[in-house]
Amino acid sequence: MIDREQVLHVARLARLELTDDEVERMASELSTILDHVDRMTELDLEGVPPTTHVVEVTGALRADNPRPSWPRDVMLAAAPAEKDGGFLVPSPQAQ
Amino acid sequence: MNDLLDLTATEAVARIEAGDVDPDELFEVYRERAAADDLNAFTWVADGPDQRANKQGPLRGVPMGVKDLFCTEGVPSQAGSRILEGYLPPYTATAVRNAQAAGAALLGKTNQDEFAMGSSNENSGFGPVRNPWDRERVPGGSSGGSAAAVAAGLVPWALGTDTGGSVRQPAALCGIVGLKPTYGAISRYGMIAFASSLDQCGPLTRTVADAALLFGHLVGRDPCDATSLGMPEPVLVPTAERLDGIRLGVPDELTGEGIQAGVLETFQATLRLAEELGATVDTCRLPHADHALSAYYVLAPAEASSNLARYDGVRYGLRHEGDDDLISMYTRTRHDGFGPEVKRRIMLGTYALSSGYYDAYYGRAQQVRTKIAEDFRTAFEAFDFVVTPTAPTVAFRLGEKVDDPLSMYLTDFCTVPMPLAGIPAISIPNGLSEGLPTGFQLAGPAFSENRILDAAHALEQAIGFDGSKARQ
Repeated sequence: MIDREQVLHVARLARLELTDDEVERMASELSTILDHVDRMTELDLEGVPPTTHVVEVTGALRADNPRPSWPRDVMLAAAPAEKDGGFLVPSPQAQ
Repeated sequence: MNDLLDLTATEAVARIEAGDVDPDELFEVYRERAAADDLNAFTWVADGPDQRANKQGPLRGVPMGVKDLFCTEGVPSQAGSRILEGYLPPYTATAVRNAQAAGAALLGKTNQDEFAMGSSNENSGFGPVRNPWDRERVPGGSSGGSAAAVAAGLVPWALGTDTGGSVRQPAALCGIVGLKPTYGAISRYGMIAFASSLDQCGPLTRTVADAALLFGHLVGRDPCDATSLGMPEPVLVPTAERLDGIRLGVPDELTGEGIQAGVLETFQATLRLAEELGATVDTCRLPHADHALSAYYVLAPAEASSNLARYDGVRYGLRHEGDDDLISMYTRTRHDGFGPEVKRRIMLGTYALSSGYYDAYYGRAQQVRTKIAEDFRTAFEAFDFVVTPTAPTVAFRLGEKVDDPLSMYLTDFCTVPMPLAGIPAISIPNGLSEGLPTGFQLAGPAFSENRILDAAHALEQAIGFDGSKARQ
C-alpha cells in the first residue's frame, strides 16, 4: 500500500505538481499496480546477477575527433525564453 | 488509383523500377488519403514531396509514415505529448535518415500514446486513433497511428517503436505485420526516449517481405548511439514456403489463462498449418514469464522517470508562465504538460528508484530480467522459435480499459518478455476472430531476424490473410 504522504514525497522527488484529486487517485492506482508487481517477491533470486544491458557491446567508443557542435542560435530556437544567448529561467531562489 | 493502393511496398518499388508507376504520383495518391485521414492516425502530413528522400535509392520514393517520437528536422516531433507540442527538432533520427537515404519518402508523422506509454493509443495528447476494422475500437499502442495508417491504406508502410510490444501489438490488432528487431540492430539516435534499455525501432508493413525490405535499410551501427550494433549479416528478402525441420516451442505460460477463446482458436489453427508445412510443434517452458510483466512495469517506468526529467520548461516545449521561482515553474510545467498515464509512470518509476525501495523493486526486476533471458536461451536450445498469440484479445472498445491501468498493462503479457531479453520477434496477421484481426508472434534468438522473416513468410503465405477490407 502506498499512502497520501508517500505520493506527495515521490511527487516532490519527481518535480511533479499534483492536484488533490490526482494525489487521491495516484495512491489507489499505484497501490493496485504495486500489489501485482510484488508477486516478484515469490521468486528466489539469491545470487542472480542483475541485467542492465541485454546485448553485448564491445568497442563502442568512437574516434575522439573534434568536430563543431550545434550553433547556439539553433539550440536556443525551441526555448520558451532566452536572454543574452542563454536559457532564461525564473530565479532558483524560492521566494 | 485503387490499383496503386493494392500494391505492397515491394510491388510498388518493382513497378517504379519498371517505369510503370511514377513515384511522385504514388506519393500524391497517398498524400491525399493521409490528409483526409478520419482515423486520427496522423499528427502531421507533408504538403509536398520529401526533398530528403533519395528517389534513386533502392526504395524508389515509396512513401513512409513515421511515428511522432522520431525527431525529423523542421517537422513537428512531439512524441504524442502536449509538453512537446509544436516542437521542431534541429536534426533527424538516424533510422529515418537511413530510410530516406535508401529512398523512402516521409509522408507524415503518426499518432501514438504519449511518450510511447500505452497499449491502446488512448493516451495520446492529440486524441485517440481509431481502428480501421471497427472505428469504435482501439488500434492498439503505442504505435497505433502507424498501424492504423498502414492497415487503412493511408501509407504503404511505417516506422514504429517497441518497448514492451508497441510495434507488435498494434500490428496484431490492425491486421498487419510488425517486427521488433534485436536490441541494437537499429540506432536509437533521435528517438525521443521512453525506456532506453528496451526501446527499439521497427517496421509496420502489409507483408513480411515489406518488413524485411524496410528493416534492411534501417539497420546499422551508429556513432551517435553507443548501444547500436547493426546486423552481423545482410538482411535478406524472405522466400521460404516450407518449414521443414523447424521446431516451434509453445510456452504454456503465454498461451493459457487470459487468452480469448477466439484468439486461441486462430493460434492453434496456425500451429496446425505450421505442421502441414513441415514444422514440429511442442510445448516449451518459460518459467519466469509470469513475472515478466512485473519486471517490465518496474524497469520501464524507472527508466522513463529518468528520461522524462528533461521536460522542465527550460530548453524546449511547454513552460508554465507566471512563476517567480524555478521549482514552481518545473513542477507546474510538468503538471500541465504530461497526461495521466505519463504521470503515473513517472510516479511509479520514481518510487521504484527511491531510497528504501530501490533493492526491492528496481534491483529485483533486473534480476528477474536475467532469469527471463536465461529462460529464452534454454528454450532456444530445443526450439528454433517460441510462438504465441501476439495479444490476448482482439481490439477492445475505445474507453473500455482507460480507467483500469492494471488491466491495460495485462494486455502486454505476451509481448513484454522479448524486449526484456533483447531478442527479436514478429507479429503477422493470423486471421479474424469476431471479424477482427488476431496476431501470431514468432520470437527467435538475438540477430535471428533472417530466419524469423523466412518462417513468418512461409506462414503468411499459408494463412493467406486478406486485409483489403480495412483499406476501403
